[in-house]
Amino acid sequence: MKDRRTKTRRFLEVELPVLAILVFALAPYIWMVLTSIKPQAELSLWPVRYLPENATLDHYRELISRTSFAGNLLNSFIIAAGAAILGLAVSIPAAYAFSRFRFRGRRMLMTGFLVINMFPVVLLIIPLFVLMKNLALLDTFLGVILGHSTFAIPFAIWMLTSYFNAIPKDLDEAAMIDGATRVQTIRLIVLPLVAPGVVTAGIYIFITSWNEYLFAMMLSGQSVRTVTVALQLFIGEFTIQWGLLTAGGTLIALPVTILFLLVQRRLVGGLTAGAVKS
Amino acid sequence: MITSAHNSFSRWTPAWFLAPALAITAAIVLVPAVQTIWLSLHDYLLYEPDAATFIGLRNFAAILQDEVFWISLGHSAIWIVGVVGLQFLLGLGTALLLNQSFWWRGFARALVVVPWALPSVIIGLMWTWMYDFNVGVLNDMLVRTGIIDAPIAWLARPDLALPSIMAALIWQGFPFFAITILAGLQTIPSELYEAAEIDGANRGQMLRHITLPSIADVIATALLLRTIWVANSLDVILVMTGGGPGYATHTLPLYSFVRAYNSMEFGYGAALALILTLLLLTVVWLYVRRASRDLDR
Repeated sequence: MKDRRTKTRRFLEVELPVLAILVFALAPYIWMVLTSIKPQAELSLWPVRYLPENATLDHYRELISRTSFAGNLLNSFIIAAGAAILGLAVSIPAAYAFSRFRFRGRRMLMTGFLVINMFPVVLLIIPLFVLMKNLALLDTFLGVILGHSTFAIPFAIWMLTSYFNAIPKDLDEAAMIDGATRVQTIRLIVLPLVAPGVVTAGIYIFITSWNEYLFAMMLSGQSVRTVTVALQLFIGEFTIQWGLLTAGGTLIALPVTILFLLVQRRLVGGLTAGAVKS
Repeated sequence: MITSAHNSFSRWTPAWFLAPALAITAAIVLVPAVQTIWLSLHDYLLYEPDAATFIGLRNFAAILQDEVFWISLGHSAIWIVGVVGLQFLLGLGTALLLNQSFWWRGFARALVVVPWALPSVIIGLMWTWMYDFNVGVLNDMLVRTGIIDAPIAWLARPDLALPSIMAALIWQGFPFFAITILAGLQTIPSELYEAAEIDGANRGQMLRHITLPSIADVIATALLLRTIWVANSLDVILVMTGGGPGYATHTLPLYSFVRAYNSMEFGYGAALALILTLLLLTVVWLYVRRASRDLDR
């Protein structure tokens, strides 16, 4: 549709409202980062001083040297990477089967994986805690990774199935006529084509696992505590030290923001595929 | 579907491909879900698991008499309608704006999604800090502009705590609606608008007769999906108020979690979780039916 509005009118009717929405969307984030670089003295001023007069990285230094935060960052990284690897390892073959084979129970199983994703966390978290306790997996990396797999696997299967569906079946068939086995076909023909989708699904699992709080809180103790759980404990411990807390928040938020912006375009496509297709 | 190319296709091939995913999912989702049902029929306290006694439906009977349950249920209703409704309206407005053409549109589309990528703990932290009574930026701005005379204890006042947390969640979730609806808007053929323009339709008429009907399907799916997520979400509340002051920010999932985690009453907590699941079942059913209608193609 051609826009016949004048430049000024378009500015007032479109660009200005968009700008207001962007400010609303980003202001809390920016405020967190600004707080983290203000010295303690400027944080207790009233009325509030918006921009830091003497910007400092003291809060970050203190956070890393005085608390367990660096170790928590490493734990979160191991768990998120582990959840992504485990999730992809079992979801890729499953998604391939859903995409390429027509078998009895296919529809029921796929629907089942979708329904699982809708389960309330509280429905699973209590027995999962008991289960991990009995298996001696409480406070281990594997325990938290398995906890995160409850949402990672169903999600990855649905996302990857739609990516596999986008690759024509004729390719597989041609390869197999040429004498390739099923496994060779997958490895040499299908996987390279679906690689961008696999990376997107992996990054999405990484982000959700990194961000996750409830499972991590229930299933981790001191030795594998993640950043989100640690930060929540700091909120209780250092109530008035907002510089320290916002520094921690910034360190947690920055990596996922960057990852998210990197894969956003494809991710949005994958997430909305189900909603838009009609 | 066995063609000549599928000579090596055995009846059991799909089963092998699916086995790892099915085995893990059964162990960490299905078994726990069934266990929740079992737990809900017992008087199960975490610190004395061997003393768990079968009490039939007495947990459920107790819940119906439980005043806090009814309070939490009421809050859940306000929570779902308020959060999903405002996320939707804000998201729809954002999507319609971002579908217009202006030179920095790509930049705006990328950045507006940022709140959605953030962990709930960080959202709780950011907003708790902005709501701070003594040096919070929200009180500061409202006092500076003369809207309020004195700072307000947003999260400590029973009448304001729930709406304050809802604002944080609306902020986090509206980008989801915005990008989903935007994706729907982009599928509308521009010929429709051109034809309407020739027929002399104005902008409002085009919105009502072309845009909204074309994206009705996308909106319905997004609304169902968000309703399920928002109904289940409790971590932002947990971080910001823990359910307080009093029971002012108790919702159903939060109450279930608090009973299980703080009081260690796993049987009672499990019964509450099951009630939440049953209440959501209709919405889940509607969503799953929509999402899986293309499966057989």
